Amino acid sequence: MATSISATSISLCSLFSLSLAIFSCSSSQAADPIRLDPALERVEQSRIESVARAVPSAVSVFVPGGGGGGSGVMISPDGYALTNFHVTSPAGSFMRCSMSDGNVYDAVIVGIDPVGDLAMIRLLGRSDFPKAELGDSRAAEAGDWCMVIGNPFLLATNLKPTVTYGILSGVGRYQYPSGTLLEYGDCLQTDASVNPGNSGGPIYDATGKLLGIVGRCSFEKRGRVNVGVGYAISINQAKNFLGYLRSGRIVDHATLGATVSTEPEGGVVVSNILESSDAYRRGLRYGSEILEIDGRVVQTANDLQNVMATLPNGWRVKMSYRSEGKTVETLVRTMGVHLEDELLKKMAGALPPPPPRPQQPGQEEKDPDPKKKDTDQEDKPGKNENKPPERVPRGQGPGKPPLKIPQQVKDQLVERKGFANYHFNLAEQNSFIDALRSQFPAAEKPSKNLPADEKMAWLIKGETDQTPAQPVRIQVAADKMSLQIGQKTLKIDKRSDMYDAVTDGSAAGLLPALNAWRRMLNDGPRKFGESYYLGTMPLGGERPLRDVMVGIAGELEVRWLSHPDTGAVEAIEVFADRDEDPAELWLLRGGDSKGMPNALDLRYGIDSTLKINIKSWEEISASELEWPADQDNANNVGNSNLKSVIGVSPNTNDQHEVKA
Amino acid sequence: MNRLAAITLTVLLAASGADLQAESPLGTWVRDAQKRVVKIYGAGGLKGLEAYQSGFLVSPDGHIATAWSYVLDVEPVVLLDDGRRFESKIVGFEPSLELAVLKIDAADTPFFELKEEPTVDWGDPVIAVSNLFNIATGNEPASVMQGTVASVTELNARRGTFKTPYRGKVLILDLIANNPGAAGGAVINSDGQLAGMLGKELRDSTTGVWLNYAVPANALRTTIGDIIAGRKTTVINSATSTLPRKDSHNPNALGLVMVPDVLEATPAYIDTVSTDSPAAHAALRPDDLILLVNGQRVDSQRTLRSLLRTIDRRDNVELTVQRDTQILPVTLQP
Repeated sequence: MATSISATSISLCSLFSLSLAIFSCSSSQAADPIRLDPALERVEQSRIESVARAVPSAVSVFVPGGGGGGSGVMISPDGYALTNFHVTSPAGSFMRCSMSDGNVYDAVIVGIDPVGDLAMIRLLGRSDFPKAELGDSRAAEAGDWCMVIGNPFLLATNLKPTVTYGILSGVGRYQYPSGTLLEYGDCLQTDASVNPGNSGGPIYDATGKLLGIVGRCSFEKRGRVNVGVGYAISINQAKNFLGYLRSGRIVDHATLGATVSTEPEGGVVVSNILESSDAYRRGLRYGSEILEIDGRVVQTANDLQNVMATLPNGWRVKMSYRSEGKTVETLVRTMGVHLEDELLKKMAGALPPPPPRPQQPGQEEKDPDPKKKDTDQEDKPGKNENKPPERVPRGQGPGKPPLKIPQQVKDQLVERKGFANYHFNLAEQNSFIDALRSQFPAAEKPSKNLPADEKMAWLIKGETDQTPAQPVRIQVAADKMSLQIGQKTLKIDKRSDMYDAVTDGSAAGLLPALNAWRRMLNDGPRKFGESYYLGTMPLGGERPLRDVMVGIAGELEVRWLSHPDTGAVEAIEVFADRDEDPAELWLLRGGDSKGMPNALDLRYGIDSTLKINIKSWEEISASELEWPADQDNANNVGNSNLKSVIGVSPNTNDQHEVKA
Repeated sequence: MNRLAAITLTVLLAASGADLQAESPLGTWVRDAQKRVVKIYGAGGLKGLEAYQSGFLVSPDGHIATAWSYVLDVEPVVLLDDGRRFESKIVGFEPSLELAVLKIDAADTPFFELKEEPTVDWGDPVIAVSNLFNIATGNEPASVMQGTVASVTELNARRGTFKTPYRGKVLILDLIANNPGAAGGAVINSDGQLAGMLGKELRDSTTGVWLNYAVPANALRTTIGDIIAGRKTTVINSATSTLPRKDSHNPNALGLVMVPDVLEATPAYIDTVSTDSPAAHAALRPDDLILLVNGQRVDSQRTLRSLLRTIDRRDNVELTVQRDTQILPVTLQP
């Protein structure tokens, strides 16, 4: 960049003559148009183009009834937009949004992340919204030109967003939680003007790519106007949360279950760790030095917090640490910062329900023009910015909704505890089950025409991945399952056997996984048990992010991880106890993502317990299965563990070690 | 012409970036400046008084220029851009410039050279690098902001509007640079040269408007040079020996009645001046704060008394006092 500086100096010289020219033009009042230096013109043109590229995706958010508002940014043509949680929170489930096309759209809440101060909303009425192009905030540096586009002081009541320009003042900043929520980790700091009402809006790079979501400022003693310091949630953090937000849930952030400190000579060292955490199960101990997490090197406690703050609860990410001179590369499942009810309680405490403006009965009918209603808010610019809104007494009787919610919003709104909007979760559940039913084995034509009431069962044949290979026969029916390896048999005929198989780390743990799959196909998510779409997360620490469906039946929680493009299930995880490793059944496929898996790989922790190459997988009537007799070598998993039988030595050391 | 040109220069800086697209247009410019800026932690932490400010390196031997403020009431801790942490020593200060120079035990530090000539004029684009609001901690780089020098002028055009002892020219900035903790930060011109030092927060006492300004680098140059060279150090000369009580000066004999000495380090404020005393003849007044005795820093009344003990009672005593926003040299003749 030294070249760019000298280039600048050279340009400066050439500009002396240029400005002379401007000067003479204006003084002599020449009729000729002012001619700009071509370089200057090019730059100015490119800036104009960038602004023009960025403005259409900016959204101005208004809380109906005059509860304030903020900004947002469109990220998909079908109307999904990002904004701040603290912008949507006074509105609750529906708001009105304007865009630079001059239209006002109804919008419905989708999902919220109260800790990260993000919310997803959906604008209704179009399937061709202009969307922002997502950038890479990790590549951004202090000094980069950037622009903030939004609705400061709710000026966009004229439907034109405001553009402010500046540079990134810092990247990778950390801002402590404001109150109990709204922690900004790994965020961007800018000197582009950010004012009340800009919250939730986009910050773009100089080319118009989305870098983050503006949401917070340093104010202190100068009043609530810009003092040159605004913060934005990085778009890379937002990318991690898109799937979670799309689930319609109220989502939480991640923690390792350990506290760390920075050593005086550098290094992040564990100072305390929960024994129930996955990190502990992966061998992390007091005094271990954490080197890398989710592919990012950490050198200080701040660095680690910065990375963790950008991860959703429950993600499994790569971690490497050094302990007793050895470097360990492993995977770690994160836990939530809050218990579920704790988060709901904090939200209720931090941000009270929207303060609906007292409204005269019948006013709604007299005033059908939504635009006019929006302009009512001019006198209350961004009053809910960054601060819990004042409690305004409801001017209405109990139970009566303060505002009429438009029908098209109602159509996409289902309230349910723990969810911002269950409607979107149902939609994801539907697409999950559709995808599941359109892939192997359900998509196969049944080999025999089964009677309608006949319970479908699976018969899977193959052989172990060892030398010499042993034949494997797996039978999965509604109330009975068995796994035969060579001469040995494990069978499950009651529910508690499934639980025991998983907690014992038994090879039979693949049976509840297969059974859950079979049952989900049969019953669908509504009948399966308590089912919901969780969001997206890496598989084995690797991207792309997989869609995750959760089904809880009895004591077992089952997760299906499916590829985002093909919808093919790639792994099924069965949790018996939250504080223990789940049984992971990985479905290994060749080229055909919807065909029969080539192999099944059962893993606990990060070790493979049993790998089976599949030869056939049949869907048959349960009555056709041949169950092994109860004999000495047919073990009920409740009593025994087949690890020794199949030649996998019990191995608790599941860390992959590399030389330090 | 410079100023007209500069209005468009900001745009041009964007140009180099727009042309290179992916590359950071201000990247090296910013990074080089950040490496020379330090975080300073000291006294304060009470309501409205931040215990932190900014500074920048001015020599390869660890000399740091910063704003003279209450933060330096204790020996401050300095954090370099690379995260290294140092105890520092105040080697000199000039109250009339609101400037202090610290020294840390570091070698081969990157530093700003101070030019004799002004490095910016009005209309020129600048960046300001400081640790405003203490946003950066540990090894995080200081915050950078961009803008333009709006004018080069004097603050005392309307006396008393801005409460500062500084009487020279200032760079008025069109960026909101002077925030809590920004004092002592560096303002840099488009060639990467030091243009000025961000001053302490100033507010127009009548309009309530906050001022964004910097003291030009060339106004600081001589003093910083003198302090580094040891010509103008305010460090107490430990080589001078204490004289017998009857042969040395003391506050009473000079007519100085100080405020009650009740703290570990009570500031050397004059409570009253005895009539017909050297202090009275020099027109010292109650509420004057004694900053220097014979060029040596007075950080407390205890220091004042021990410094006076080193001066022969027949010799003059050179004081530097602060009276409201004025810095006055005063000679006491016995």
